Amino acid sequence: MQRIGVFVCWCGSNIAGTVDVKQVAEMLKHEPGVVFSTDYQYMCSESGQNLIKDAIKEYDLTGVVVCSCSPRMHENTFRKAAASVGLNPYMVEIANIREQCSWIHKDMPVGTAKAVILGRAAVAKVHLNAPLTAGESPVAKRALVIGGGIAGIQTALDIAEAGFPVDIVEKSPTIGGKMAQLDKTFPTLDCAACILTPKMVEAAQQEKINIYAYSEVDSVKGFVGNFDVTIRRKARFVKEDLCTGCGLCTEKCPMKKVPNEFNCGMDNRSAIYIPFAQAVPKVATIDASYCIKKKTGKCGLCSTVCGVGAIDYDQKDEFIEQKYGAIVVATGFEPISVEKFDEFAYSQSPDVVTSLEYERLMNAAGPTSGTLLRPSDKQHPHTIVFVQCVGSRCDAKNEKGKQYCSKVCCMYTAKHAMLTREKYPDTDVYVFYIDVRTPGKNFDEFYRRAVEDYGVHYIKGMVGKVVPENGKLKVQASDLLANEQLHIDADMVVLAAAIEPDKSARPLATMLTASMDTNDFFTEAHPKLRPVESPTAGVFLSGMCQGPKDIPDTVSQASACAAKVIGLLSKDKLTGNPCVAHSDELLCNGCSSCEKVCPYGAITYADKEFRMPDRTTAVRRVAQVNPAVCQGCGACTVACPSGAMDLYGFSNQQIMAEVDAICK
Amino acid sequence: MENTNLKERILEISGVNPRKCMKCGKCSATCPNYDEMEYHPHQFVDMVEKGNIEPLMASESLWTCLSCFACVERCPRSVEPAKLIEAVRLAVIRAQGGNHLKPQDIPDKLDDELPQQAIVSAFRKYSK
Amino acid sequence: MQVENKEFKPLIVAFCCNWCSYAGADLAGTNRLNYPADVKIIRVPCSCRVNPLFILRAFQRGADGVIICGCHPGDCHYTTGNYYARRRMTLLFSMLDYLGIEKGRTRVEWVSAAEGQKFAETMNSFVETIRSLGENKRLEDLRCKTE
Repeated sequence: MQRIGVFVCWCGSNIAGTVDVKQVAEMLKHEPGVVFSTDYQYMCSESGQNLIKDAIKEYDLTGVVVCSCSPRMHENTFRKAAASVGLNPYMVEIANIREQCSWIHKDMPVGTAKAVILGRAAVAKVHLNAPLTAGESPVAKRALVIGGGIAGIQTALDIAEAGFPVDIVEKSPTIGGKMAQLDKTFPTLDCAACILTPKMVEAAQQEKINIYAYSEVDSVKGFVGNFDVTIRRKARFVKEDLCTGCGLCTEKCPMKKVPNEFNCGMDNRSAIYIPFAQAVPKVATIDASYCIKKKTGKCGLCSTVCGVGAIDYDQKDEFIEQKYGAIVVATGFEPISVEKFDEFAYSQSPDVVTSLEYERLMNAAGPTSGTLLRPSDKQHPHTIVFVQCVGSRCDAKNEKGKQYCSKVCCMYTAKHAMLTREKYPDTDVYVFYIDVRTPGKNFDEFYRRAVEDYGVHYIKGMVGKVVPENGKLKVQASDLLANEQLHIDADMVVLAAAIEPDKSARPLATMLTASMDTNDFFTEAHPKLRPVESPTAGVFLSGMCQGPKDIPDTVSQASACAAKVIGLLSKDKLTGNPCVAHSDELLCNGCSSCEKVCPYGAITYADKEFRMPDRTTAVRRVAQVNPAVCQGCGACTVACPSGAMDLYGFSNQQIMAEVDAICK
Repeated sequence: MENTNLKERILEISGVNPRKCMKCGKCSATCPNYDEMEYHPHQFVDMVEKGNIEPLMASESLWTCLSCFACVERCPRSVEPAKLIEAVRLAVIRAQGGNHLKPQDIPDKLDDELPQQAIVSAFRKYSK
Repeated sequence: MQVENKEFKPLIVAFCCNWCSYAGADLAGTNRLNYPADVKIIRVPCSCRVNPLFILRAFQRGADGVIICGCHPGDCHYTTGNYYARRRMTLLFSMLDYLGIEKGRTRVEWVSAAEGQKFAETMNSFVETIRSLGENKRLEDLRCKTE
């Protein structure tokens, strides 16, 4: 039998005004197990807390009921007070007689009667409370960053700076991501490679950072502080430790007709390739789907020319297993496919390009070595039409596009238009816009410069169709302010394609049990207050995988994310919430119902030996809850058909007791 | 100017919600008969939303719309301007109750360039 | 013979999830929005913690109505808890209806932490429904009868 103390708070007149606190204390004194009952003006005050502490000591209380304000307000206060005198904090229950009684009922007898019932329910619950201790789990002091774009690189650098080892897993042969493909960056117009490549080199040289390029995450098990991750190192057919990146093999390779991803397929590369000059790691990779040796068994030229013997045609995928305390998702984005928008004739004319392709056409390392030439006839274009919001801001019913604003297009289009006018003042540049969105430091100034200083024609309206005709692109568009339909003979059309999360994000989210929105962006734990954490503990979000953002935003988020990871990794142990589920192994029949409803993957199964009544032993499959992963929602307790699952702190019996006390 | 009843009827007939329009103008950009119209597709949407419907009903533009549905196909917000124009047209026809197109008139109007569907839909609309 | 005309005071049990609805009830209190004292709230971590047995127990013990409040779909603190609750309760309520517990005596509502107003309105309308349905005797456990 518990020895329970009841403490009724007046909260000044907040409670005492409509609830007869003396009577509540008196009535609850007669409840079974209550050995002490009193009231006081402010229980949460220092002296109120002392009153509770003294009573615990004097009456040797094993349970405490505080009739006061909402537990959301002061449950912790009273738990701490109890703990300070040696009573387990989870032996304290709150009856909410302020928010849910005195403040809403004007009539004293009604309020008092309800307060007594709420008090009774709390007393009935405390009878069944058991002391709980929060579990602890160790933290593996190593972070995994998935994705080696600017977001992943920045997060990894910041975590490494704090002294923790970091592994970057990047699916392509080099880190750098989309930023490596960009020419200049808005609004300062510094060249992307000039600011990115030093960071890539820094990441490669930083002792604490380990780069697994051309690798993918194969499986993730475990939980915050203790993730077990298997990384698949895809076969490059080149020994990474031997290759010096001299590039001789790429020159000699006879298979030179492979579309070059780095230049958006606008030129070709060889079957053995280094994506770009500043690649990190600078190691050649054989593209097995094009390599003549891999396909026919004849050739082997690269192996002959390689001075260090790095080529290994028989290389196999390798698997690495590693323990991590935290996982950062930085999987980034890709532009949507614009072929669906057939009105823009993207698949009919090579001169209709996406903005990323235009970026490559402007880039000194691009297919035209930085000279702006239109892809069809390699002539200099004189009229260029930019179309904004291609696939962004669409209605939910529109299957081709996305509902969100892609955020970066307004600015990069202004950049493209400005750079084009700067390099080729004889070019007419039209930008068709719905709205120009420039909320960012120096962003609107940048856009105005494009209009005022560089004479870019910004036209409020949209392009309706593009028709390739006699080497020109006939653009039909509306100018809403002039209320006119325009017909422009353009040489090139540039589409600001919407961006979408990388395709690898969804399977990864399933692996991590991290949640995503309908657009496949990872959801954050709280949209305002916890923007870089996933709701799944130990999983953090960096960059575009969480939502569209530009480079400054991405880098800020990457560093914020690193700060959260460092905060986690600098702990030696994690204290959990003790109100978690647990299974009664004698009752469990191993049916897996609980596992299926658990949103955190906290339930696993183990074969255990049980002694049977006839003294034999039998092996049965039983559910086991990992208290470090369980968040205590209780979904499993209801799903369990045998009643083996229960929740500490909100057990079946406790809630039943409350129901009984209320329905008396 | 505001004509709430008429507006509601137009919206009901068409099933269009003009508030979804983000005023990008792609409907008017895509319209093949733009120059023949006094009020252009984007203006239709705007004017219906504002309840400014009488000028539309009186306008020639109503009958110059080809019902090609290019604006419906390309509207990123799924506003469907052509359906709205069609609804205004119906409102006019219902108000007049007249018979505008007789079967015997059709052969004279035939033209190799004219899509057959246009004749069928015109006949369906303008005759009782 | 004189019939005693006593006012019917229903007994209503409300299960509120800790993250949204319980906070919504707190907000109703903070804003002093009245609802009848017949409603007694039991705090659960999530609406998916509400075992159908709790509801049966309440009806057995003489509750006249049971309402379950959770986070709005998509807002569950535990991501999917309220979906499970919704599914389970749909099944349970139709079974209860079959047993003679009218559908009006049970309800699932989504109340966010910001919807104090909605919480009070929901409780007012629920109590009103229960008042019109009268006392629940269908599932009452006769062994629990004290009179």
